[in-house]
This record gives sequence, C-alpha cells and structure tokens, in this order.
Amino acid sequence: MPLQSLDIAARSATTLPSPGIRRTEEVAKLIDISKCIGCKACQAACMEWNDLRDEVGFNFGSYQNPADLTPASWTLMRFYEVEPAGHLEWLIRKDGCMHCAEPGCLEACPSPGAIVKYSNGIVDFVEENCIGCGYCITGCPFNIPRISKQDDKAYKCTLCSDRVAVGLEPACIKACPTQALVFGSKEAMREHAADRVAELQERGFKNAGIYDPAGVGGTHVIYVLQHADQPELYELPKDPKISPVVKLWKGITKPLAMLALGASVLVGFLHYVDVGPNEVKHEKKASDRRDRT
Amino acid sequence: MSSEEETIVRYDASERINHWIVAITFFLSSLSGLALFHPSLFFLTNLFGGGPWTRILHPWTGIVMVVAFVLMAKWMWRDNYLNDNDRRWLSQISDVIGNREEHLPPAGRYNAGQKILFWVLVASLALLLLSGIVMWYAYFALYFPLWVRQSAAAIHALAAFVLVEGIIVHIYASIWVKGSIHAMVGGKVTPAWARQHHPEWYREISEGKA
Repeated sequence: MPLQSLDIAARSATTLPSPGIRRTEEVAKLIDISKCIGCKACQAACMEWNDLRDEVGFNFGSYQNPADLTPASWTLMRFYEVEPAGHLEWLIRKDGCMHCAEPGCLEACPSPGAIVKYSNGIVDFVEENCIGCGYCITGCPFNIPRISKQDDKAYKCTLCSDRVAVGLEPACIKACPTQALVFGSKEAMREHAADRVAELQERGFKNAGIYDPAGVGGTHVIYVLQHADQPELYELPKDPKISPVVKLWKGITKPLAMLALGASVLVGFLHYVDVGPNEVKHEKKASDRRDRT
Repeated sequence: MSSEEETIVRYDASERINHWIVAITFFLSSLSGLALFHPSLFFLTNLFGGGPWTRILHPWTGIVMVVAFVLMAKWMWRDNYLNDNDRRWLSQISDVIGNREEHLPPAGRYNAGQKILFWVLVASLALLLLSGIVMWYAYFALYFPLWVRQSAAAIHALAAFVLVEGIIVHIYASIWVKGSIHAMVGGKVTPAWARQHHPEWYREISEGKA
C-alpha cells in the first residue's frame, strides 16, 4: 500500500478524488489458453508468494483442485471437456480476478477504502478496511471475491500488486513454463495477443480472439481464447458488465435519496413554522371567544 | 368530568412498550443501514463499534424490529382498514396540512394518514425482511443466485428509503400534533384531545362506557 499511495485511481465509498497525482502505465496479464498445459505452477506460485495454504479438498472427478476459488486460493485452473466442433477439446482456463477498468466490486463496496484501483489498473482489496458485508460478491460480474469464514474478510487475486509496485512480474507469470502467462503493459499485451490470435487463426482456429470485455471498460487480465465466439465454453460471461440493478442500487439513486430525506425533514420544520402546532382547542377558550362577541 | 383531565387510555402499557421496542430497533437498524447506504454517512458506523460490528448487528436489530412490529400490527390491524370517511379525509389533504382539522370528516382510532403509514410500514418491512435475508452473507446469501442477490440489494435500499421517509412523516406528525408523544409515553389522553383528533373513536368509547 504505501508504495502505491500516490496512484489511486478509484477508492470504494469515497466521493472525492483520492491521492492520484502519479500516473503509472496500465499493466495487464495475458492468459493464452491455447498455450496452457494445465500444470498448475501458477496456482502453486500464487500460494507460495502470498504464503497461503488452502485446506486439502476432495477429488470430484476432475483435475480441477480445489473445486472452486476460495479465500486462500486466488487463482484456479478450471478444466472443461467440451465438443464445440464435434470432437473433444480439453480447455483449461486460469481463473481469477479480471481487474476490470470499471470494477463492480468497487462500485458496490460500502466501506471507504476497502477496495482501491491503482492507476496501473490493478484492483486491490484492503482487508483492514473490509467489513465483510459481501457486497463485492454481489457487484462482481465474474464471481471472484470470496469471504473467509476465519476472519469475515473478502479475498481475491491482487495481481501481485506488491510485486508489481517494485517492478516485478506477478508470481504466476514467473512460474509459467510455457509462457501461456505473460505480463507487461496493457498495450504490449494487446499487441502480443493479436499476434497469437493471428497465428491461431492460421492454424485453423477461425474464431480465435481476445477476451478483453468492453462492458466493464476492458480488463487488466485478458485471455486469448481458441473459441472467442463462445466464451461460455470456458465459463466466461459473454458480455460482462456491472448489472443495471447494481447501478440502480449504487448509482445516482443514492445521492437523490439522501437529498429527499434531508428535504423531508426540512419541509416538516417549515410546515411547523408555517401553521404552528396542532393543539387541542379548549372549550373554555371557545366560550371565551363567544363571550367577547 | 372535566375534558382536560387525562381519563382516556389510548395505549395500555404493553402496547406502549411494544411501540417503543419497534422505535428503538428502528433507530438502531436505520442508523446502521444508513451508515452503509451512502459514504457520507459511513461515520455512523462509529455508533456501533466500527464497520464490521455495524454489519454484524444490523440484521439482528432488523429482525427484532420486524418481530416487534408483527406483534404491534396484530393488535392494530383492524383499526387500520380504510373507510369512506378516510377517503374523504385524504381528498381534503389541504385542510390537513393547513391545520383546519374542524373541516375534516371524523377520524376513528387512527386517521387516514396514520392508516396509510401503517400499510406503508407493513409493505416496506415485509420487503426489508425478505431482501435482507437474501443479502445476509454470513448465513443465507450464497444460497441465492447472483441476480436474486443483486435485486434484493436494490429492493432493500428502496424499501428502506420508503420506510425512513414514512418514519420522518410519523415523527413529524407526533411533534406537530401536541399530546401524541405524551399518549405513547404515558398512555392517556384527555377527552378534548380524543374529541378533536379522533371524534369517531371518542364516540365509540363514550358509548361503550355508557
């Protein structure tokens, strides 16, 4: 955190700008699914660098282990056996936080500074400010954050913000033996991805393409998919975006509601000043009035 | 019998205690809820011992509020059915706001404004309870699909807004109509108060007494 305290592009539940005079280059992790061999070195490196050990789980009939992302497993190789073109394909996707340019988690979070987005594009959870409400899970279009039963805090991939801040690549990148994982500037990664897509298309994967969904402003984890026309094959949402319901919940309606509540109190006060209290009109006074007339 | 002596029991002790349990838990729930509603009110979490404690306590105070409200609604349910007088009362809302109570059709135990408030509370609390359970990550949220959780969050905020607006009107009315707070604290009102604000109710209880 201290290293990146001057390049905060957005901060949860904060209405004024955060310290952000320093602009850093936008970074991205490129995951080339066509090169992935499913060795899980990235998973092991993630555990090692972040010093986390998940519970030993169970085998549910797949190489996928653990079964799902957890508070201690921030990245996960997901294995899919599909037949998109009539023959079996074994698709392996490294799942984890996408580091959206417009993060739904940050939009939904009610706790100031529990989620920050750096100008390099990394979206980071600051657990000491996390209140454990789970709104980040409600806001995320990719189903990534997990709340720990141990401390009721939300956890997810940090894109090794601590390493990137000092000029290192994320741990998963370092461990990948096939260069399915590459890290660099967003621009360079898009170029690299475009080259890979061209190669794949030449090799017959006509629908190969880049997954960098515009609905969330682009992401800082991008994929090269063999079947970019069918991201569902990899359990990726086709057109992810912050749900309009979340926008309604967290958007302009909140300041408007605040204004309405304040205005109601003010109208009440002014009404009192205008017509005065509604008191019991005593009979005695009424008869007094009659006497006088 | 002087009309200025407090001889009429408007709320008995159990009704008063019931009302104030609802009121206290409403304040606890609304302040902790507003703390998470908008960043400018996040400081309210300090009243509850910080953000995590606010998140932990809010659902529980909400549940106590709903349970207490259900008990209260049981005894005042029938008194809140709207009748023809109430509809005329509502059409003369300018006389209500202008403090020309003498022009209004006679109100029963509750006037039309109180009755509508009651039904608004019933509806908003029902929505708050259901959506609140869906949003409760510690126990229930992950049993529901994402779109249900998202809808619940929006409904919860909307219903809470309606509830808080309703209670602002309720509190203002109790400040404006002198003797109302006294009636909910001590339980008794004067015959003059009853005759002026709830003539139909006054007629019923006087006939009952006679």
